Amino acid sequence: MTTTTKNATSIKAEPGKQEVFITREFDAPRELVFKAFTDPKLVAQWLGPRDLTMKIEKFEPKAGGSYRYIHSRGEHSYGFRGVVHEATFPERIIQTFEFEGLPEKGHVALETARFENLPGGRTKLITQSVFQSVADRDGMMQSGVERGVNDSHERLDELFAKGAVK
Amino acid sequence: MQTRRDVFQAIADPTRRGIIELIAAAPLNLNAIADKFEVSRPAISQHIKILTECGLIIIKKQGRQRFCEAKLQQLNEVSVWAERYRSLWADKFEVLDKLLIQMQSKKKKTVKKK
Repeated sequence: MTTTTKNATSIKAEPGKQEVFITREFDAPRELVFKAFTDPKLVAQWLGPRDLTMKIEKFEPKAGGSYRYIHSRGEHSYGFRGVVHEATFPERIIQTFEFEGLPEKGHVALETARFENLPGGRTKLITQSVFQSVADRDGMMQSGVERGVNDSHERLDELFAKGAVK
Repeated sequence: MQTRRDVFQAIADPTRRGIIELIAAAPLNLNAIADKFEVSRPAISQHIKILTECGLIIIKKQGRQRFCEAKLQQLNEVSVWAERYRSLWADKFEVLDKLLIQMQSKKKKTVKKK
């Protein structure tokens, strides 16, 4: 058995609020983590969910720049886009975020990612997403669930098929 | 092997989410629930069984009828989605960890062997 110390990902999404915080530490200096967030070749390697392919159409991590990327699997594809307010190496990225798959346009969130120095060449990442309404926030989190849950669906289907679940 | 049951599994399926929503307001008997969905009666029973095992509904007998009642305190929806959302990001960040290790070892190679 191998033991690995995992850096925990924590989330703060209080009921009735319009924001979500995600916090995570990395065993790498923030310059490097920042690079992994701003170099499209690197972003493509980690930002997409495992079972989806990620295509980056546009990626300009600088003040006034914009981005658009598409996650797809089979005939399903999910587009995401936004404009960059600032990308200040190596400490901060502020941008808008919109999921194109929503039934209605104009539901945009403001995202701030902060990269903090930790001793030992480590980094603490704190991201905050502020949505226009509580419903928008909950909806975004739910749609993330819908997309991410494919895996467990399939596993469940397999169990049913095998007759393991009775 | 015992199948793991938790709220994430409970809400992973749209029919099960539908059942929870349906009985959130008032308990219903199995037939009334089955009538609201296009899937077969046995499939509904299966979903209800899973929901029961996940602790999200309880079945109460009233005479010959069995009523399903939602245990919503078990399902603080925000925290459920939040947990699922968190684990999606946790997965991505694990991939990022590996990428950062690669990036660091490339850097080291160009300097010198430790």
